[in-house]
Amino acid sequence: MCAQPEPDANADVHPEGRTVLDSRDIARALTRIAHEILERNKGAADLVLLGIPSRGVPLARRVGERIRDVEGVDVPVGALDITMYRDDLRRHPARSPHPTQVPPGGIDGKTVVLVDDVLYSGRTVRAALDALNDLGRPDVVRLAVLVDRGHRELPIRADHVGKNLPSARTERVMVRLADTDDVEGVWIG
Amino acid sequence: MRRHLLSIDDLDVDDIDTLFATAAEMHDVQRREVKKLPALRGRTVINLFFEDSTRTRSSFEIAGKWLSADTINIAAKGSSASKGESLRDTVLTIAAMGVDALVMRHPASGAALQVSQWVDAAVINAGDGTHEHPTQALLDAYTLRRRLGTLEGQKIAIVGDLTHSRVFRSNVLCLTKLGAEVTVVAPPTLMPSGIGPWSAQAGFATSYDLDEVLPEADAVMMLRVQRERMSGGYFPSPREYTVGYGLTRDRLGVLGPDVPICHPGPMNRGLEIAADAADAAQSAVLDQVSAGVAIRMAVLYHLLAGEES
Repeated sequence: MCAQPEPDANADVHPEGRTVLDSRDIARALTRIAHEILERNKGAADLVLLGIPSRGVPLARRVGERIRDVEGVDVPVGALDITMYRDDLRRHPARSPHPTQVPPGGIDGKTVVLVDDVLYSGRTVRAALDALNDLGRPDVVRLAVLVDRGHRELPIRADHVGKNLPSARTERVMVRLADTDDVEGVWIG
Repeated sequence: MRRHLLSIDDLDVDDIDTLFATAAEMHDVQRREVKKLPALRGRTVINLFFEDSTRTRSSFEIAGKWLSADTINIAAKGSSASKGESLRDTVLTIAAMGVDALVMRHPASGAALQVSQWVDAAVINAGDGTHEHPTQALLDAYTLRRRLGTLEGQKIAIVGDLTHSRVFRSNVLCLTKLGAEVTVVAPPTLMPSGIGPWSAQAGFATSYDLDEVLPEADAVMMLRVQRERMSGGYFPSPREYTVGYGLTRDRLGVLGPDVPICHPGPMNRGLEIAADAADAAQSAVLDQVSAGVAIRMAVLYHLLAGEES
């Protein structure tokens, strides 16, 4: 979320730069993350996956599908918008919030896995923890990201990482998913 | 979006869509256990009301508080305005305290516009004389769009005291902007003079006959008959007004069961709206109130949260 501008509707923008992950790599990474989550949680009990809009939401859904394939259990999947909780709200023109969808069972006493596409400064995750706090009290909160590109500005780390990607601050990391864009992959340039 | 919200004409269709989308998310916050978002932390919103108001003022106050802004109410009664201070001095005094937004209601048309030229704070018009009440129109349109799915091509009747109604003016601007076919209905004495050229230019219809308009309507919006007008010779008696222009039980039967009934409140039950209509399943009156908070949160958020673009 911090690594790229707000998603634009014109998906015909073709990403430039070096390919880091193609769609099959993404699929494999998500399968591994699903297994890691299950291993860490010792099964699918009390799990809730919350994607951070925009691209964290389809990623959470995909992880949920993989967990169902492995365990045969439908894990609740939702969305957690953090727009109102950002610490840089005053620096930009006001952005419209995305929907927050908390699964019917709520998050109290659950193991919530936050899912996002890129982990960068860590500020999005901080905002997500604040947002979560206003929704309830999970027993455990974990973080799964497709790409960790480093350069943390806060003491935050991911529990499950699809790909560790050393990057320079000047570089741009772009994630595109078939659900929200026409293409799929991760590029750096 | 512009810096102030003085008139519906300050917004284009995209702005309205943005506000509605944000309001839909804010609506969900109302159902939460913790009704608080940190978006306007450290911002100060003053509600400056020179006219009586319960729902608009408390709605703005709740909206500001749920967004974590510090909100303060100032009513003209008991303020220095009642000691003879000029509007300019009152407003400049408040602005000097370091205010980010001024929500203002005033009996003079154009007061909010005038004030916006004096202060740096964002000014939100919460009703100025018989001119406009933009957040009311936004919440009405938002409520109707949620009920009807779309406003495009929907036939909406606005009925009542048009001459003295700022709600009607803002609503006509807002609903026509969103593609609705608006017909305004009033007795000849309460039809604003000069409405002919305006309706032709803005693209809405006028009528004196409620019974002709109702069967066609996809939604009905009843306006309050202001008690102070009753002795003004605008209509012979309250009873006569009800017979000609009230949403009575008989007229309720003419409406389809899914036709939403709106009223900006406060309602005069038995005068412009029968209790059966006000409490009918299709009544949207309480939806309007809850939408009011969501819309005002959206307005405050978009005017105050970001840096000026």
